[in-house]
Amino acid sequence: MPHQQTILSHTLPNGMTLVAQPMPWLESAAFSISVPAGCRYESSDKRGLANFVCEMVLRGSGNLTNRQFVEALEFNGVDYSSSVSVYNTNFGGAMLSSQLHDTLRLFATMLREPMFPEDQLEDGRQVCFMEVAALEDDLAQRAILELRSRFYGDPDGRSCEGSFDSLKSISLEDIRSFYQQYYRPDEAIISIAGKFEWEPLKEHVEALLGDWNSKPAASIERVEPSRQNHHISFPSEQTHIAVAYPALPYSSDDYFLSRGSVGVLSDGLSSRLFTEVREKRGLCYTVSASCHSLRDRGSVVCYSSTTTERAQETLDVLLEQLTLLGKGIEADELRRLKIQVRSGLIMQQESCRARANAIAGDWMHLGRVRTLDEINDKINGLTVESVNQFLAEHPPRDFLIVTLGAESLEFHRDIVSAT
Amino acid sequence: MTSYRQHELANGLTVVAECNPQAYTSAFGFFVKAGSRDESEEIGGVSHFLEHMVFKGTPNRTAEQVNLELDELGSNSNARTSEESTIYHAAVLPEFQSQIVELLSDTMRPSLRPEDFETEKQVIIEEIKMYADQPPYGGFERIMAEFFGGHPLGQSVLGTTETVSALTPDQMMEYFQQRYSPSNIALAASGNIDFDHLVEDAEKFCGSWERFDAPRSVRKADYQSGFVSMHQPVSSQQYILQLAPGPATNDEDRFAARLMSTIVGDDSGSRMYWEFLDSGVAESAGMGGYEFDGSGSLMTFLCCEPDRAQESLNRLLKLQRDVKSNGVTQRELDLAKRKVASHIVLASERTETRMFSVGSQWLTGLPYRTAAEIAASYEAVTLAQVNEALEKWTLDTNMTLVVGPCEDLAAAV
Repeated sequence: MPHQQTILSHTLPNGMTLVAQPMPWLESAAFSISVPAGCRYESSDKRGLANFVCEMVLRGSGNLTNRQFVEALEFNGVDYSSSVSVYNTNFGGAMLSSQLHDTLRLFATMLREPMFPEDQLEDGRQVCFMEVAALEDDLAQRAILELRSRFYGDPDGRSCEGSFDSLKSISLEDIRSFYQQYYRPDEAIISIAGKFEWEPLKEHVEALLGDWNSKPAASIERVEPSRQNHHISFPSEQTHIAVAYPALPYSSDDYFLSRGSVGVLSDGLSSRLFTEVREKRGLCYTVSASCHSLRDRGSVVCYSSTTTERAQETLDVLLEQLTLLGKGIEADELRRLKIQVRSGLIMQQESCRARANAIAGDWMHLGRVRTLDEINDKINGLTVESVNQFLAEHPPRDFLIVTLGAESLEFHRDIVSAT
Repeated sequence: MTSYRQHELANGLTVVAECNPQAYTSAFGFFVKAGSRDESEEIGGVSHFLEHMVFKGTPNRTAEQVNLELDELGSNSNARTSEESTIYHAAVLPEFQSQIVELLSDTMRPSLRPEDFETEKQVIIEEIKMYADQPPYGGFERIMAEFFGGHPLGQSVLGTTETVSALTPDQMMEYFQQRYSPSNIALAASGNIDFDHLVEDAEKFCGSWERFDAPRSVRKADYQSGFVSMHQPVSSQQYILQLAPGPATNDEDRFAARLMSTIVGDDSGSRMYWEFLDSGVAESAGMGGYEFDGSGSLMTFLCCEPDRAQESLNRLLKLQRDVKSNGVTQRELDLAKRKVASHIVLASERTETRMFSVGSQWLTGLPYRTAAEIAASYEAVTLAQVNEALEKWTLDTNMTLVVGPCEDLAAAV
């Protein structure tokens, strides 16, 4: 890999981790802050609460009103975003390197001193309603969220939006109390990538967040999923097909054996799904498979969408290809995958935002960062024999299928082995 | 450390590159002046269909070989078609420069084999149906057609199921022979480029392409205004689209108009943000420009719950009238400039973005400018110029299209 890749990290006294990658060839810098306030911690009658809290912390903090906060970010030229996942609430942004310290100051104040002004509550709730409403018209996303919910069960298969009813029931007190309990430094991660000086950055972050008080972690109960296939009836032109099967999580030592096999399925124009479903049969415009990881479990999620009358064939070919993968991969496929992965990793070096997110994700899953060199070595170390042995022991199976469209499909059709 | 290089082959093909020896990657793209504005109604969608067929093989390669080789070079490749251009691009590690240029060049002379043509036709129809299920449910195509009247810029890039189904390989070849003249094409590159070698390869692989005239009508559009309602009962939200006249590609005031768009309709901190998004009146709301050769438009969009759609239409008109009569403030302009400057730096750090900039600049016919020079053009815009742009490009006189479950919406007054 070009350039010496350095990963720097520092643990604050309260348990918060600062992890950083210097990219001195850039003029920009990006950050990502994750606090352990994901939607898995919501009580089941307050679904959408984590997202509502995330919306509310942005609506005024320290001595800045909502409007002053947004203006301060604009002044710094920050392209920022926030999101809620199963485990975390995330805040991120990218900007000119010269504005990094001041932007971190704004976000640290937001984390520690949100005002939760009462006059912003209904506007915030309305924004959360809108996110629920927008999902109604996103058919692909609806199919995939339903799949995830059925695959992982509750609470790890949750999506963060909640419902109109649950959002209506949330009070300012609920918001304050969720914030008090889950916005805490112990498991929080702040990652920085781009142009910066490490020592001054470390001191700055320590001064901003080092004395933020830690709190005990909460324990939650998990309900095992039923993993029943499901069809959502909807009068659309296309049928959306989402399929999941169990796979190793990112934290597993053997993760790259699994990732390599999924690469053969879906990375690039010569991948098996693109070739068999789209190129040879013209069944769809989109078809893909990708790895999804929780801390201790993982899945491969496949998706395609196609006209109703061709949907059954699309599902059958997709399942056939998944089953065939269990029989092994070819040397040429692995060779192409290796060069594609290397190329993709080097391209990541051009984006501080991509690196800030990647190192934060690594830290969450592993408690350390896999450098690009390490990932490249892992992929280069794969052999046809090692991948095929892995696939023989862990063939894709136990498929969970969710479809959305005008007609339901046959889920239990025998999968004919391809010749 | 970056340098700009340009060379024209004897057959008219232009090679343009922004060379940066420090870059880790290289990006290449063929930019063709061929898009839906060049199509007759009968062959609607042919530019985009041809874009797909370019990956389906040549006299030297099958479709499968093209895909295999693109992957073997570890390339990140794709293509896109718009109203006035088709762009084929790939980013690779610098060591693969010569191979990717040879491969892309070969694909630019496609075979259009009938069996591949029929299979790919199905893929295009799936693409059309995919968009038909997504907001705004064909509303974009419809408002372009309404706003541009009978002007070719109002033609759909994808075409329709009917026009695409009826297309033949012969019609596509005829179109290819009208548009894909080397004089109508540039090979653009950025990143760690060996420019002399690039020109040598372009000569070797593209030098034999025959040149012919490929004229295009760029008469100015006669913009239409009005109100159109499309009923879409399965949609849960109401979608509002507006097109107003805007600057063309080379109009002097495009920088002022783009800053005006940022102030009025950026996705954060803009007038529309505070009016619609901060309060959750709308799920999304904003605006942006579409600049073409000789004509242009400013698009405003908004998505909200059906029972707030009429209110939103009225508030939008009030906002547009207010900003036009009172102008924007110096503070708003300063913040917009800081946002744009930051955005330019972040975008320019990606090799691929630079290739798109170099190629797109060639498409406009204007002299090349660096990212810093473009940033300086924004910096130089004055408050008076933004307010002039607001006077000239009347957001409140527009074509409005609403699509969704509402059946009784009326134009705002």
